[in-house]
Amino acid sequence: MTLERWFRRNRPTRKEDDNSPAGLWMKCDSCSAQIYRKDLVANDYLCPECGHHYRMPVEARAHLLTDPESFEPWSGEITPQDPLEFVDTESYVERIARAQKKQKRPDAILTGAGLLDGEPVALAIMDFFFAGGSMGSVVGEEIARAAERAAEEERSFIAVAASGGARMQEGALSLMQMAKTTVALESLSRKRLPFISVLTDPTTGGVTASFATLGDIIVAEPNSLIGFAGPRVIQQTIKQDLPEGFQRAEFLLKKGMLDEVVPRSQLKASLAGYIHLLRNGLKETAHAPGL
Amino acid sequence: MPLDFEKPIEDLEARINDMRQYAKEQEIDLGNEISLLENRLERLKKETFENLSRWQRVQVARAPGRPTGLDYVQNVFEDFVELHGDRALGDDPAIVTGLARLDELSVVVISQQKGRDTKENIHRNFGMAHPSGYRKAMRMFDLADKFRLPVITFIDTPGAYPGIAAEEQGQAWVIAESIQRMSRLKVPALSIVIGEGGSGGALAIGVANRVMILENAIYSVISPESCAAILWRDASQAPKAAEALRLTAKDLQTLDIVDDIIAEPSGGAHRDPETTLKCVLERIKAELKPLCQLSEADLLEQRYQRFRNLGRFAALPGS
Repeated sequence: MTLERWFRRNRPTRKEDDNSPAGLWMKCDSCSAQIYRKDLVANDYLCPECGHHYRMPVEARAHLLTDPESFEPWSGEITPQDPLEFVDTESYVERIARAQKKQKRPDAILTGAGLLDGEPVALAIMDFFFAGGSMGSVVGEEIARAAERAAEEERSFIAVAASGGARMQEGALSLMQMAKTTVALESLSRKRLPFISVLTDPTTGGVTASFATLGDIIVAEPNSLIGFAGPRVIQQTIKQDLPEGFQRAEFLLKKGMLDEVVPRSQLKASLAGYIHLLRNGLKETAHAPGL
Repeated sequence: MPLDFEKPIEDLEARINDMRQYAKEQEIDLGNEISLLENRLERLKKETFENLSRWQRVQVARAPGRPTGLDYVQNVFEDFVELHGDRALGDDPAIVTGLARLDELSVVVISQQKGRDTKENIHRNFGMAHPSGYRKAMRMFDLADKFRLPVITFIDTPGAYPGIAAEEQGQAWVIAESIQRMSRLKVPALSIVIGEGGSGGALAIGVANRVMILENAIYSVISPESCAAILWRDASQAPKAAEALRLTAKDLQTLDIVDDIIAEPSGGAHRDPETTLKCVLERIKAELKPLCQLSEADLLEQRYQRFRNLGRFAALPGS
């Protein structure tokens, strides 16, 4: 679902939206198998039959990627303002209030600290169920703070992106979050701390065009839609059908834009492996024998 | 072709010309009458342009005849020499880069370029760059750092191009990288939004120590048309979206997104490109001077803080 669809009035209730009042059973979008919802949740939002990756609530994601009992949230101390007094078919204030009530958080992000296979990490996880995961001032600030605090506490930084792009209702301020999140990553670079970016379905627009594609390592979940422009915009521009699999994770891997496509079931192990490898190079003062 | 709201200005200008012509033919002195009309014209231009709606401002920012990037690059600087290509994929005509001189100082210039006519517009892809264009810009950042050349960028694009090849070559990746590389420049960087600052494609070359904007230019997260298509489900609601997006120079100054506004001649840059070019030249010199006094560390820190602090949010009670 792109940002465009999120803003569509009377949009269909998503079956995989954990907060939607769906029934006990659902039909898999991919293999059409009847799935017991509790099984889906217990299986980290992967179809028990075909392994199709459903979008995952951010808390579940935080627990998936950290060792038991180790996750401690950082975000949640700041909330959006309405600097533009933006009104379209609904006011921004109303949209935010509705999203906050539904998702029970101030904005479309959860950040925090934890251990990943014993490694100290900081996480920034975007909530697509909150205003399409759009990045406004709060999301940008939380990401920047998390990156800076991770650097201060010598933690590796993991961002899990899921976003339709910049939040239009904060105008150019949203655009500037692309620069803000990008500069904040410098604090990690200076201390040679790994930044691993995990792209999930969907990651488009201003999030893809800023911090999310600046990872030292960039991985994506299978079949995730990842791009700069949304498929509809591209189609309208070029007035042609898009190639099969266009803008999907596997397609981008072939084009050289990703390091790896990692199934969710292996994600934690994969991230741990990368962090172990990146943090065990030469020490600052050491010289390798023979060099 | 004049913009709708410029019709009364054009009419009055025509009348003044007719009167001049008539006076000449008849060999009579209409000096007083003409100067009265000229005063009226000046007032009319001022009133019209002071009271433009945001949507009208968008039209001025896109007006044909408005100086384009190359007009600035070729006329503001001395000895401009264009440098081509990204050394990998090609040479994107939507972004022009090169070396130039500003008094005694050599500088790197990067400019987005729309066409000045239909033919050039097609050649320049209407100022919408592909990844190659941003790669070329990044090559210039390296050159600037190596030879300690201040960087001056001119922003004027509807946005980065949304096409199949652009996506395949990592449009999002190069924009992110360009933002990062520009933020890491060890030399002074100055950006001027001269027309249309279209979203990430504009920001990619806009991470400067000082960001200026021309009085009738705009800078936005999304075009009013696309915003209207998404939020109103109707692109013809673009005027409403333009109002809502707060995308004018004054709006952006209030939000601290631009540091200052460069005034345009009355009636807009497109009615007097020559004066506009002079104003911009003066401004670049004035802005660059103090930046050139800063150390590398100070320049980096100033740019970091400038962008790190952008945004509006509130602390939640009790936190």
